[in-house]
Amino acid sequence: MSVGVRHHQETATALEEAQVLRREPLVPNLQLLTVRAPAVASKIQPGQFVIVMADATSERIPLTVADWDRKEGSVSCVIMQVGRSTYKLGDLEPGDRLAAFVGPLGRALDLNVDGTVAVAGGCYGIGSIYPVARALKERGNRVIAIVEGRSKFLLYWLDRLSQVSDQVLVSTKDRSLGKRGYCPGLIRELLDAGEPIQRVIAIGCTFMMYEMSEATRPYGVKTIVSLNPIMIDGTGMCGACRVSVGGQTKFACVDGPDFDGHQVDWELLLARRKAYLEPETIAAER
Amino acid sequence: MPKVIPTRTPMREQPPHERIHNFDEVPFGYSPEEAMAEAQRCLQCKKPGCIEGCPVGIDIPGFIARIAQGDFLGAAALIKQTNALPAVTGRVCPQEEQCEGVCALGKRFEPVAIGRLERFAADWEAAHGDGRLPECRPPTGKRVAVVGSGPAGITVAADLALLGHEVVMFEALHEPGGVLVYGIPEFRLPKAIVAREVDYVCRLGVKLVRNFVVGLTRTLDELLEEFDAVFLGTGAGLPWFMGIPGENLNGIYSANEYLTRVNLMKAYRFPEYDTPIVRGRRVATIGGGNVAMDAARTALRLGAEVSMIVYRRSREEMPARAEEIHHAEEEGVRFELLTTPVAFHGDDHGWVKEIECIRNELGEPDASGRRRPVPIEGSNFRIPVDTVIVAIGQAPNPLIPRTTPGLATGKHGVILVDEETMKTSRRGVFAGGDVATGGATVILAMGHGKKAARAIDEYLRTGQW
Repeated sequence: MSVGVRHHQETATALEEAQVLRREPLVPNLQLLTVRAPAVASKIQPGQFVIVMADATSERIPLTVADWDRKEGSVSCVIMQVGRSTYKLGDLEPGDRLAAFVGPLGRALDLNVDGTVAVAGGCYGIGSIYPVARALKERGNRVIAIVEGRSKFLLYWLDRLSQVSDQVLVSTKDRSLGKRGYCPGLIRELLDAGEPIQRVIAIGCTFMMYEMSEATRPYGVKTIVSLNPIMIDGTGMCGACRVSVGGQTKFACVDGPDFDGHQVDWELLLARRKAYLEPETIAAER
Repeated sequence: MPKVIPTRTPMREQPPHERIHNFDEVPFGYSPEEAMAEAQRCLQCKKPGCIEGCPVGIDIPGFIARIAQGDFLGAAALIKQTNALPAVTGRVCPQEEQCEGVCALGKRFEPVAIGRLERFAADWEAAHGDGRLPECRPPTGKRVAVVGSGPAGITVAADLALLGHEVVMFEALHEPGGVLVYGIPEFRLPKAIVAREVDYVCRLGVKLVRNFVVGLTRTLDELLEEFDAVFLGTGAGLPWFMGIPGENLNGIYSANEYLTRVNLMKAYRFPEYDTPIVRGRRVATIGGGNVAMDAARTALRLGAEVSMIVYRRSREEMPARAEEIHHAEEEGVRFELLTTPVAFHGDDHGWVKEIECIRNELGEPDASGRRRPVPIEGSNFRIPVDTVIVAIGQAPNPLIPRTTPGLATGKHGVILVDEETMKTSRRGVFAGGDVATGGATVILAMGHGKKAARAIDEYLRTGQW
């Protein structure tokens, strides 16, 4: 390309600060935050994540993405309100500007699989499996969505999931909807019934992803999990997010966040996620 | 010719026992009288070696003469003709190896305190200047993307803006400044000063885009579709770990993470800021460079009872600047020399509690010219700790090379450049600073930036690659 020749693109819009478009409560403690971030929206793929800061004093928080609209230039994330910084995110109103909304970070999920795929979600992960299911459906896979919650009132987006899945299975602890057993119980039932599942993709809290990996291990079904360690920069700079996969140290932000759940050192991940429980409690009380 | 004063004018600083309890800057800077007295020591050599010794070639005798005459704003303006970051370089340059190292006065006496004078002029201008800007040349209509807003990127951006080019500077983090913001602690380089210097570049017309990760948000090839040239100044931000057992235990940080939490995320002001940090009581920092000193001194300020440096060679081989080692010692940092960690041991909850180390003796010099540490068989011993900071170096981040076909890289992932023009293997793409060296100094990065700006300007004007 010779100097001076240029294809004009809409960069000016891509360079605007991220701004909240919409916020809607999904279920208690979970909010859906939709942010105008055209540069991120135009690029993001299933499996990638963003790092978000509500204001200049917030932590940098990694969030998986629940949806995006390339036309609108928007990205939506499910915020689980647990600590001070996530409460601030969940209090944002339309029009508010974010101190940071950066991405798409990490590697896109490898969707190169044929046949039936089970996508399992719990908590914020119910939102995060939606774009994964959608992408699989678009490439012609048979998709089984499995979701879990303590009770019916903690589940959301079942209708949206049913639009991109061949089957939606639900489990609640109190049996207010579906059966008991959570996602691991449901996946075991499917596999025992001879369902030809080629791959499982699980997104949720660390314990849920661990249980899912343990559930599928005896069956030898490849299980991909989206790890959620503590992060600072999200670009490979700090090493806070290091995890051990197959005996190798990996940085979840650049090597992941998606890994083979059968290879993950779960004990290490659980310990590292608890590193700041005490200060988090102090901060939340402010 | 008045008699030369053999020793440099001392700079007042916070006493060690006070400064370990705060994050305020350690040296206070010269008063106008002190600055003028020190400036009068300069011999105004006919052939000044100091200019040669400066990676960006500042007219050192020129600005010192102006300080001597009391024309402080004139001194600052003269420096800014070649250096966009004088308040930064005056504080963090290794002057003893550069301008001051070749100062003629230094042959018999103490060299002129060039760095302190540079800092004085820059700070004076910030406090008393009218914010006047150098004249930019008329717009050329050419657009340049500068990736990374650290020392290299800021220098390139400022120089190209002065030459009339349109510059957009992309920063992955939410604050501009690169290592000046996330790496170098407040007590060595106040962040307000970095903000001031970045603001100066923006007032020259450079557009800053934060929260934008080139390589992911947009690839380098996509940038090349809308910019006439790209400069990569992405630094060396990928931390090295030691690869020994137990390294992923809680309480073990890379220096990058530790310093980023404290400096960029302001964890030292927790809970006013939301990002926490482990305030260890017994902190060990592994490594012997400037970053290790910064980490060990930061640990003291976060309340450590014991902050120690664990380094595999002897004191003489330490890569850190003498002044940094001296400051660390004054503050009570302990040195475990000729010591190499071999494993970390944890408690039942996954927290580090001991470092197992081995003692070394010095053998023959290695490739770096420093004597190689040779482990002493059976000398293993344990150091009780609750926090460890690994500061053994870092490599360039692979994000851009990984997503850019045809961008040649070398050892440890440095981007290969022509040393004179900073051109990479890709047409229209230049690189400099730590991404091309694998980890060096602020001023070397700025020197690269200067070279790159000249070469980019020529490329934009001629179209010749």
